[in-house]
This record gives sequence, structure tokens and C-alpha cells, in this order.
Amino acid sequence: MSSIHAHTVLIVASILFVLGLVGVLTRKNVIFILLSIEIMLNAAGLAFIAAGAKWQQPDGQVMFLFILSMAAAEVSVGLALVLQIHHQHKTLDVEQLKELKD
Amino acid sequence: MQQYLYLIPALPLAGFLALSLAGRRLSANLIAGIGAGSICITAVITILLGIQFLQSPPETGVWQQTLWQWFHISNLSVDISLRVDALSLAFIFIITFIGALIHIYSIAFMRHDRDYARFFASMNLFVCAMLILVMANNLVLLYLGWEGVGLCSYLLIGFWYETPANYKAANKAFVITRIGDTAMIIGLFLLFKELGTLNIADILHLAPEHFATSATGISLIALLLLAGGMGKSAQVPLHTWLPDAMAGPSPVSALIHAATMVTAGVYLIARMHTIFELSPLAMQVTAIIGAITLFTAGCSAMVQTDIKRILAYSTISQIGYMFLALGIGAWSAAIFHFFIHAFFKALLFLAAGAVIESLHHEHNIFKMGGLKNKMPVIYWTFVAGAAALAALPLVTAGFFSKDQILWYAWSAGNGHPVLWAVALCGAFITAFYSTRLIVVVFWGEMKTSISHLPPKTMTIPLIILAFFSITAGWIEWPHNLLHLSLFSEHIQHVLPATILQTHLHGEIFFQLIAAIITLTGIYTGYLLYHLQPEVILQWKQRSALVEIREFFFSGWKFDQLYNNIIVKPFQFITSTNKSDAFDKIYNGIASANLHLNQLFSISQNGSLRWYVVGVLIGILFIITLQLLL
Repeated sequence: MSSIHAHTVLIVASILFVLGLVGVLTRKNVIFILLSIEIMLNAAGLAFIAAGAKWQQPDGQVMFLFILSMAAAEVSVGLALVLQIHHQHKTLDVEQLKELKD
Repeated sequence: MQQYLYLIPALPLAGFLALSLAGRRLSANLIAGIGAGSICITAVITILLGIQFLQSPPETGVWQQTLWQWFHISNLSVDISLRVDALSLAFIFIITFIGALIHIYSIAFMRHDRDYARFFASMNLFVCAMLILVMANNLVLLYLGWEGVGLCSYLLIGFWYETPANYKAANKAFVITRIGDTAMIIGLFLLFKELGTLNIADILHLAPEHFATSATGISLIALLLLAGGMGKSAQVPLHTWLPDAMAGPSPVSALIHAATMVTAGVYLIARMHTIFELSPLAMQVTAIIGAITLFTAGCSAMVQTDIKRILAYSTISQIGYMFLALGIGAWSAAIFHFFIHAFFKALLFLAAGAVIESLHHEHNIFKMGGLKNKMPVIYWTFVAGAAALAALPLVTAGFFSKDQILWYAWSAGNGHPVLWAVALCGAFITAFYSTRLIVVVFWGEMKTSISHLPPKTMTIPLIILAFFSITAGWIEWPHNLLHLSLFSEHIQHVLPATILQTHLHGEIFFQLIAAIITLTGIYTGYLLYHLQPEVILQWKQRSALVEIREFFFSGWKFDQLYNNIIVKPFQFITSTNKSDAFDKIYNGIASANLHLNQLFSISQNGSLRWYVVGVLIGILFIITLQLLL
């Protein structure tokens, strides 16, 4: 473990985060956007783990568990919404889901 | 007797209350009984009190009765307190006596009006307000009466309120007198600020100690009080309401012109004579305004065709004489002229009312004529009144009062030959239009048929008034003819005697001039309207004369002048400001908010991607800030 430097892990985490962000910005399908958000959450979790390892503290892993459970809950709500969106609008394209504009 | 003073204003007030509260349920006879009865009883009480007062005058020359305290604020204490001295007694006598005759006349005159009770209620209140005005012990109570008179004139001028012209006339009277009232109340405030009291006796006592002669303060106060008097007494330039006030019933005109309202200004100035004497400037202004008024109004009276308008302008002109007399310091002459004027002007108005009533409400004198034989009582009483108005020498009362004023205009300390000349011109004009009135209305051929003759209750007051119009002058003779001055003797207990210039001769000469001028005026009227009416027809061909006539007819275009300098600019401002400049500010704030809102709501476009970018930019912004700071 100690052979890997914390900032290497952080670089991996930021690459993951940017990947997720690009996914959120470019994808059209809602499900893929949700997936991308998961990637971003995991990137954040990885950063926590790296930080926990660096400072030899358990808080990082506790935080990751917390993020994991929160992501599970979020996905369940998110997928339920996706189901409803598909049910009502017959599409999952965010370009067309623009009803909440002014 | 002093303890009965309160009855004088209280009885008309009681009459007013009874009639206004229960008037609808009373029979016409009862209404007439209450309305005229209250004033008649008041007149009787006044005469009894007056006899008592003259037989055994109180040592101080004043009767006083304090009824109760009205209000008390720090060092200002105002009582409901009545005060009678020779000056107010003369006014009270005229108000109640002539008021009573006018009320008796009105019983028959207004009989068929559906608002019989309202008429008598307003008339009673009018008399009550005027009595409060002249009996007030302090200027606050006087002002109460003053405003009461204004209110009642409004109610009575607009009595037949269904006709738009009538309530417009009422509004005009109310608004124009209000200008004077405002000046007057400012004068009262200044007076209180300077002297710390509004009690009339105290003011007259303190003013000479407090002010130097012709100090700015006292001149200002005197001019403001004068402005108040000009409003109520219809002096140029606040006189335009009076000719229009003819819209009211004839008894109302008689009451306004003879007994109440227009003489209030004369009373105020006479009452505050000490203040005016301290300010020679105000005295001069009073005299000049009086002279201008008597001349301009006289000119207008010459060419009017409405019988009541002629009389209205003649009232303005005669009040102008009173102001002239006040201004030159001929105090008792002014009050004496008021005293005489009340008789003949009431008579003329009541007689004119009877004529108008008998001729199917015809006001135009050129559609009258030939009434001499048909209505002899009206004719002879009218002749008596017109002769008094024209100041026919020796036989009429008008001569004695007007001659005094003419003489003092020349001889008094403040007199001036120009004032005298204007007054003399006025005398000529007065004689001329009085004759014109008689000749056109009563002589010649009949042009309108008579519907009915006035009943006894209308003619008896006329006969009484005609009697006094002839004889009332004999109590005060010019002192070079006969040493009899019952009136000024008493008035001089209150008002200072007129100071004459030294080295004066030939009063008789001036009297002769006045008499000749009057007779010339009468003859001119007789000549132009009876002997050679074709002369006037010739004059009507000339455009210059017609224009002058038009100018006089419209009352020297004062109405147009006010319309142009006050009404039109005001209308212009209001019409330009129709959308209200101040609203623009608030509307501007509202619309700015709306635009900002629209600007921001562009960002809420429903695109998820757009929102994410927004969040991202926000986060980057915060991080950048943190890195930089």
C-alpha cells in the first residue's frame, strides 16, 4: 500500500471524476447520466480512501461507506424517477425533457 | 336687561334647529310661524334692549355676557361671550329688524316652494351666524359667525340646486369668499402671535402700546383683515361672486345684500379700527379699493339688463362707498351709510322680487314696463328705494349718508380730491342707473302680462322699509344745516370721531355740488330712457360704444381674467399631469423588476445540461476564489 503515493491515487480519482462529469454533460440518456453520476461519486470515494490512507485515519473509509449507502439510496430514487419519466413521456432523452423551464 | 343678550342669537338658532330637525313633519303655517316668528321676537327683544341701552347707557359703554368657556389651551382662553356696544347694536338692529321684515315677506313669497322648511331653516341660521359675528366678544367667535355666514350663503344661493347655474354660483361665492377668509385667519394668527390675545377689547387696548404707527407687523395684519373683509364684502378684486349670487331667491338676495354677509367686512374693519388707524397704509388701501369698487361696479350696473344684477352691482358700489369712508377715517359715516343702505337695498330687492314673481319670473328689465299703474304699491315703494339709492337731496335717507361720505372724502384727514371726484362720479352713475331702473321697469308700455299681484304680507314689509328709506336719514343731519346727529353721537362712543383737515370752508358748496350731480344723473337717465330713447339706439350703432358696453356688462371682464390667469393654467397643469408624475416612479420600479425577472428567467430553460454547467461554473468559481485568496 505504501508503495503507491496518495497523489497518484488522487490523479486517478480526478480522471474518474472528469470522466463522470463529461458523461453527465454529453450523454442524452437519463440512465447514462445516472451512471456517470455514480462514477463521479466513486471518484470522490476513492479520493476519501486515498486521503484516509495518507493520514492513517479510518475516517476516509467510513466516509466511503457512507457515500456507498447514499449512492444506493440515490440510485433507487433515481431509477424510480426514470421509470416514471419513461412512463409519462415515452422517452429518456434529456434534450426533450424540458418541461420545467420558465 | 343685559342677561337677556343671549336670546338674540339663541332664538334664530332655536328656529333653525326646530325647522331642520322637524321641518318635514310640520305644516306650512307652522313652518312660517317658527321661521319668521323667531326672527320677529328677536327683533322685538333687540328693539327693547336698544331702547334700554340708549336710555341708560352702561358706564363702560359695553354690555357683556359670558355664557361659557369654549376652550382653553395654554394661555389662549376663548369664551362664548357676547358683547354689545353702540356699533354692534346698530348692526344687530339692522340684522334683526330688516331680517324680520324679509322673513315676513318670505312667508308669502316662498309659500309654494316644496322646500319651505329648508328655506326658513337656512335663513334663520344665516341671521344667527350674522348675529354671532357682530356680537362676538373675541375674534374666534367672530370667525365662527363669519364662516357660518359663508356656509349659509352657500346653502341659500344654491337653494334651487336643480339648476346647474345655481349651484355653480353657490360654489363660486363659497370659494371666492374663502380666499378672503384664509387671509383673515392668517391675520388672526399673526394678531395672536403679536398680542397674545384674541379678545376684541384687549386687542384694541393693547395694539397701540405694542405697535408703533405704520410698523410692518401691524400693516400686514391690517391688510390681511382687509382682504378678509374684501372677500365677504365683495370688493374688487374679490367681488365676482356677488352678481352671480342672484341665483338665490329674492329674499335671500335682500338678506345677503342688506342685513348680513356683505356688511360683515365693514363691521370687521370698523371693529378693528384701532389696528387700521395704526397703519396708514392699510387705510389708504381700503379707501382706494373702495373708490375703485364703487366706480367699476357702478359702471357695470349702468348696462346690466337683469334687474337683480343691477341691484347686485349697486350693492357692490354702495359697499365701496362704505370702504371708502372707512379708509378715510370717516368711521361713523361708513356705519351710517350701512344703516341707511340696509333699508333701501332690502326694499329694492324685495320689490324686485315681487315684480319678478308677478311677471312670470322675468328678470330682463327691457321685457318689463308699464307696471306703474298696475302695481302702485310696488311702484311707489320702489321709487322710494331707488330715490334713496340715488341719494335724492333732503327727501331721502340715502342723501344724508352719502353726502357725509362725499364731504369727508374731501375734508377728512386722509381724504383726497381724487377720492372725492371718484365718489362724485359714482354718485352720478348711481343716480343714472336708479332712474334707468324706474323708467324702464315701471314706465312705458307693458311688455309682459301680470300673473298675480303680491299679497299683503309682501307689500307691508315694503311699505315699512320705504318709510325708513325716506325718514331714517333725518336722525343725522349735516351739521351746517341742522344740529342733529343722533347716530354719530352714539357711534362715537365706540369709533373715533373723524379728523378733519384744518381751514375748510364751504361745506354747503360741496353739498350743492353733490345735489346737482345727483339731479343731473337723474335727469340724464330720464332723458336717455324716456325723453329721447333714440339717442341710445344711435349709440348702439357705434362699435366703440358697444364694446365699452360689453366690457361693462361683463363686469370689467374680471371673470374672464380669473378664468385666464387661474382656471386655465390650473386645468393645463392637471391635464398634463393626468397620468400623475409621482406614479411614474413607482411604476418604474415595478417595470424594472419585471424586466430583471425576465432577464433571469432566460437561465431557467429546462435543459439539465445547462444546469449542470451552471453548477460546475459555480464550483470552479468558488474553488478559484479559494485558491486566489
